[in-house]
Amino acid sequence: MTDLAATDPLPKPKRDFLPALLPIILALAVLPLIGSGSSWVTLTVASLAMGMMIFIMASGLTLVFGLMDVLNFGHGAFIAVGAYVATLVLLPLAGWVQADSLLVNLAVLAPAALLAMAVSGALGLVVERVLILPVYGQHLKQILMTTGGLIVAEQALYALWGPQIIPLPLPTSLRGSFIIGDVAIAKYRLLAMLVGLVVFLAVQLVLNRTKIGLLIRAGVENREMVEALGYRIRQLFLGVFMVGSALAGFGGIMWALYREQVHASMGNDLTVLIFIVVIIGGLGSIGGCFIGALLVAMVANYGGFLVPKLALVSNILLMVAVLMWRPRGLYAVTSR
Amino acid sequence: MTDLLTLAGVNTHIGRYHILHGVDFGVPEGQTTMLLGRNGAGKTTTLRTIMGLWPASSGQIALAGQRIEANATPDIARLGIGYVPESMAVFSDLTVKENLVLAARDGPLDDSRLEWIFGFFPALRRFWLSRAGSLSGGQKQMLSIARAIVEPRKLLLIDEPTKGLAPAIVVALIECFAEIKRRGATILLVEQNFRVAQEIGDAVLVMDNGKIVHRGDMAELANDSAAQERLLGLSLEAHQ
Repeated sequence: MTDLAATDPLPKPKRDFLPALLPIILALAVLPLIGSGSSWVTLTVASLAMGMMIFIMASGLTLVFGLMDVLNFGHGAFIAVGAYVATLVLLPLAGWVQADSLLVNLAVLAPAALLAMAVSGALGLVVERVLILPVYGQHLKQILMTTGGLIVAEQALYALWGPQIIPLPLPTSLRGSFIIGDVAIAKYRLLAMLVGLVVFLAVQLVLNRTKIGLLIRAGVENREMVEALGYRIRQLFLGVFMVGSALAGFGGIMWALYREQVHASMGNDLTVLIFIVVIIGGLGSIGGCFIGALLVAMVANYGGFLVPKLALVSNILLMVAVLMWRPRGLYAVTSR
Repeated sequence: MTDLLTLAGVNTHIGRYHILHGVDFGVPEGQTTMLLGRNGAGKTTTLRTIMGLWPASSGQIALAGQRIEANATPDIARLGIGYVPESMAVFSDLTVKENLVLAARDGPLDDSRLEWIFGFFPALRRFWLSRAGSLSGGQKQMLSIARAIVEPRKLLLIDEPTKGLAPAIVVALIECFAEIKRRGATILLVEQNFRVAQEIGDAVLVMDNGKIVHRGDMAELANDSAAQERLLGLSLEAHQ
């Protein structure tokens, strides 16, 4: 064959489905161990809902690392800020939240979510310009700066809102469960799954069907060549950082409603979990991040049910197992 | 003939290593200038310095009279420079089409220009929707060059395009470079294969130890075997 004429077809690219099948394999594998079908469904739905929320919070972080090799240990701050900002809308309009009407509930949730995303995104702009810009290419300084930023953000939240945990009840129409046979599926978990899926599909659509998305994917692979083609990757990165921060803020309000409370350390608490997801998924990979988030949530839920004593370390064990199998994560994108 | 690109006293450091030592040369407009030299002479560093990927620590670089040594890489590229790195650097996760869509930064792909490119590299048409990562080395090189010429550029910087390629592809590349030149582009091409350089070069620059040690007419150097031996030594033996 001559490469020039290329009369022969290309070798079929290897489709790597195994990581994508892992959540299904895991879910089926634990079914006999759990025994009860209804418990299994409840745990699985809880895992999927939790996984989707973690994915929303982690998706920005994986792109930030993949695109610019920036270790942002302050990502959790956007989560907490998003949740706190949402309370500015949800608490004064508690009557709307408690109204027994889905439309009224959504009418208060939507502006709360938009405000949370706007403030988190704007905070992302400030963090990138002030904390990260001076330390590009210096991992140790990035860790110090962003960890410091997280501490400052957390303390600022304490100063502004006080040290107490703020209760954030679920809107009335999202309370309760759908009962199917002897299985109860919480309404909010279904909503979280749906929202997470929509976010995942939207991100995939942007990455695969728009020029900005192509630039992000190309930048994750080889940012130098993207610049040599004439694109200012720093601006692209700033945009990705802001969107990632906004998504984290959105994830923050989702998570706060899921736990029905807001507290200043919630971002810090989630940081380790989110980093595990990003590392398991493969730095820079949205698909990997999605699978990683589902796996982490499943291991937390199934593990907590089956072996409660292992619950605290289950995700670390998962990460170790995945990295022993695939040292660069489930779907490696960058060579870093 | 005026020089489209000029370098004057360019020094480049990578970390604590001093790689380019006062590089001076001009690239005449509309010509193909070959940059030859032994491995490690500084050829790739020269191209990367022009592109701003390893910025010059001192000296001047000008494109059509406009100083560019302090510009960022994207701004340099936007002045009309196409760059084909030695590693080819195709985006392997993207399809052939997506690679070219990204390279066409001024708008949608121009069908007639694509047909012109497919004339040299028919494989790109055939594998239009295939992932670039699944292409062979030669096909990746075709894609890398196609990316640099998918829109008209004033100057092309091409780093060792024929390295490791089959003779049939080298012939196609030579034909492609000749056609690009006929369309008015200026080319600065790093090459180790002297026969290829002989065939497509108008002017020649020879580097050694980070300096230009010879500049002149390609045809003259091609007819002066003593100069070839003296200037290129090992690389000549390796490729002839």
